[in-house]
Order: sequence, then structure tokens, then C-alpha cells
Amino acid sequence: MATRVPVQVSDTARQPVASVRDLTRRFGERTVLDRLDLEIGRGEFIALLGRSGSGKSTLLRALAGLDGEVEGGLTVTDSVAVAFQEPRLIPWKRVHANITLGLPGKGAAQGPKERADAALAEVGLSERAGAWPLTLSGGEAQRASLARALVREPELLLLDEPFSALDALTRITIHQLVLQLWSVHRPAVLLVTHDVDEALLLADRVLVLDEGRIAHDSAVSTPRPRHRDDPDLLSLRATLLSALGVSPEGSS
Amino acid sequence: MSVLELGTPVRTEIRPGPQPSPAAQNRRPRGKAWQRWISPLVLVVVWQIASSTGLLPERLLAAPSTVATTAVDLVQSGTLLTAIAVSLQRVLIGFAGGGLAGVGLALVAGLSHKGENAVDPIMQMLRALPFFGLIPLFILWFGIGETPKVLLVALAVSFPLYLNTFAGIRGVDAKLAEVARTVRLSKTQLIRHIVLPGALPQTLVGLRQSLGVAWLALIVAEQVNANAGLGYMINDAREFLRTDVIVVGLLVYSALGLLTDALVRLLERRALTWRREFLSK
Repeated sequence: MATRVPVQVSDTARQPVASVRDLTRRFGERTVLDRLDLEIGRGEFIALLGRSGSGKSTLLRALAGLDGEVEGGLTVTDSVAVAFQEPRLIPWKRVHANITLGLPGKGAAQGPKERADAALAEVGLSERAGAWPLTLSGGEAQRASLARALVREPELLLLDEPFSALDALTRITIHQLVLQLWSVHRPAVLLVTHDVDEALLLADRVLVLDEGRIAHDSAVSTPRPRHRDDPDLLSLRATLLSALGVSPEGSS
Repeated sequence: MSVLELGTPVRTEIRPGPQPSPAAQNRRPRGKAWQRWISPLVLVVVWQIASSTGLLPERLLAAPSTVATTAVDLVQSGTLLTAIAVSLQRVLIGFAGGGLAGVGLALVAGLSHKGENAVDPIMQMLRALPFFGLIPLFILWFGIGETPKVLLVALAVSFPLYLNTFAGIRGVDAKLAEVARTVRLSKTQLIRHIVLPGALPQTLVGLRQSLGVAWLALIVAEQVNANAGLGYMINDAREFLRTDVIVVGLLVYSALGLLTDALVRLLERRALTWRREFLSK
């Protein structure tokens, strides 16, 4: 069973929002995560790269508390929100009700309704608040999914390839939106992706997962807004691609 | 005719993304709707001519005109309405009881594995019984009053609702259940917000099937023994070779069947708006 211990009160600012020690996950004979160590600092924007089947999503699911069969140490803040690859909106609830799903009605400074209104406004979806999810476009649905995660004001936001199903233009807009939301709310973000450029464009720190462990960990210090052809990013890109076992020439 | 087939759950797919709209598939070329009335009308006309010329003797099948006047007579004398009231009452009570049992058992079986182990084997075993074959036992147990008829309807109704609701609950997208976990819904909230609404489309399929079976069960029960109701009216008419009354009774059965089906479809339209707007897009 995954442990879900709230961050201790002492010295909160320096406490990591998630700390993973010796995390192992086996599926039958296959070891997908192999004694993995990872610490996610407060407000840090991390991109997690890895080939298909490298265990990226397994790690994310463990952090989200969705995997009860991991072994090892896992301490994660109580305040986690997830946006999945598919928006996973509840089809029989209107967009607004999807956002308020599970929000506590009492005790908060603002009621769930007002908080959802604010979150929808932030992702630019106010006018679709009353729509049924199945009538949304892919981009709109993913915005709604982001709003549902953000409305919880998480300390750790887990993004599981949420942009991969979007068309190129929508993706650029949503990238901007995510950066903007991150700079306002400052959650720690773990973005699982297989897109090296996306990782370099968004993250402070890029990890490469290989054979169940963090095989590569590099900070990205290039100031935002970033451009793909920034020389620092290009050299880092080559490093990451080789860490992923791809020759840069043959990729994009 | 196989009752088992009626009870088999039909999967309805609910998933976002492009899907061929059933409405579009069923759409017929416009302006031709009246043409579909030609062949039934011709059939009635041929039937009437055959009866009038004596080709079709009255003791085998009454003429459409006779059927119509008999229907008016039966309504005016109050016989028909009384019979309908009796039959409708049997169906309603049986349907309510069987429906509650079917959905209730499906909830028990669908929401926990313990419940499934307790309920499902028995339901699968009972489902394999030809329930019309139970009539002799029911008569022995409950006599020939209202009880065996209502129970037969209830039994017939409970299986399609059980099977479809159970399949509906188990068919709820596990990914949505994960969302419920990440937003920290309690077990009760999960059932209320995700599981039950997710199972509803399939339950409504079961509802339509079970209403069809309900009328069928009633007809059979009323044929076997009854001293009131539509079946009694039909059986009584047989004794006196009144084929006109029999035809009226059959027409009323089918009209009632269509009516209840229309009610469920209305319910479906109201309950599944979230899906309809998507399909009509």
C-alpha cells in the first residue's frame, strides 16, 4: 500500500513535496521501477522523459496514490492533483460540475462554485461551463481537465502526457497556459512526456527514466520564454536524446 | 422465441470521440414516409375483401370492420376498460416488484465481489430456467388468483434488469473511477457520482427489455387461468368463436406494449441528455 503522509509542519518551505526512496514496482516477472530515488522540491517544474514502457506512467501513478502495489519508501504531500492523457471528464456531469467534483463544500474561504468559476476563467473556458463534456473539443476538454486539477490548489500537480493527443497549434497554446498557471500558483509539477522539445520548453529540471531508474537528471536554467533554437537548449537536447538512445539526426 | 435472448445484455458504448450517429444511420430518404403505409393498408384492404366475400370465414378471423365495431362496443359496455385495468394492474405490480428486485440484486452483485459471489451464481442458474415452465408450480404454490400472475411478471422482469444493471455497473470506465480516487471521492460519492450514472444507459436498455417481457409473461399467465383481464376476455371469446374480440384483445396488448416502450424512451431521452447532445452534434 502506498503511504500517503502529509508533509510535516516543521520547515515546510524546504520540505520536498514528494520523496521517493528505493521505489520498486514489479508486474509479474518484469521490474518496471527498480529501487528508484527521486525528490520533488516545492514549486519545481520537472519533466520526466523516457521511452515507451520505461515506467514513466507507473511512477506517476505511484505518486498519485493510484498504485497500491509499489514497494519502497514513498512520501507524498496530501495535496496532489492529476491531469491524465485523456481528459477523463465525467461525461454525465456538465463541465462546471466536473470541476467541483470532490471539492469540500465547507471550511474553504470560497465555496466550490466560486472556485470552479475562477478556475474555468483562468483556463479560458468560462463560456463552456454549462456544456456537456462530450461536446467539447480536445483542447477545451484538456483545459477543463487542467481546471479540475488546479481548482484543488495542489502542492504537486501530476501531468501524464496531457498534451500528446492535441493538435500542434492547440498544444502550443496549452503549453503557454500551463506555464502561466504554474507561474501564478507555483505548484510543483511532474510532467510525464516523451517529447524532448516539450520538456526543454517547459521544465526547470529534466529527468530521463531508463530501466526503472533515473538515468539522467539535468537542470534547465535557460530563462523563459524559451526558444527551441537556443544554443543551450540544443546542446541539452542532444544530450537528452542520446540518453534516450536516439541519435539526434534521425529524430525530428 | 427465446426468453434468454431477451435477457442478454446489450453493450452500449459510451466514449468520447467521433462515432457514427445512430440517428444518421436510421434516417430514411425524406418525403417517402407515406410510402411505408401502403403495404399495411393494402393488407387490411385485402383482409376486408377476403372476409366480405366469405373467403376468410368469421370463425377463423373476423373482418377488420367487425373488429372495429366490436372494439367500440367493448369500450362502450365497459368490458374492455375493466379488462385493461385488471391487466395493467398486474403488470404494474409485477413490474415494480421485479424491477426493484432485479436492480437491487444487481447493486449488491455489482458493487462488491462478495456480493457477486453470493448473488450472481443463483441468478445465472435461475436465468437458465424456462420461467413459463414454472407456471404449474406457481399454480400449486399460489393457486389461481392474482399472486402467480404477478409473480410470473416479476420474475420475468427481474432478469433483464439484473443482467443489464450488473453489466452496466461493471462496465463503468475504470479510468473514471481513478479520477474519483484522485479527487478523493468517498466510496458513497463514487457510487453516486460515477458508478450509478455510468450504469444508467445499460439499465435503461434492461428496462426496455424487461417491459417487453413483462407483457409477454402477463399474456401467458392470463391464458393459463384467469377470471378477469385481457387474457380472460380473449379466452372467453374463444369459447364462443368470437374472433373479433380476440383480435381486439391482441391489438390492445400490442398498443399497451408500444405505450410502455414509448414511456421508457421518453425517460431515456430525459436521463441521457449528456449523450444525446453529443450524438446530434
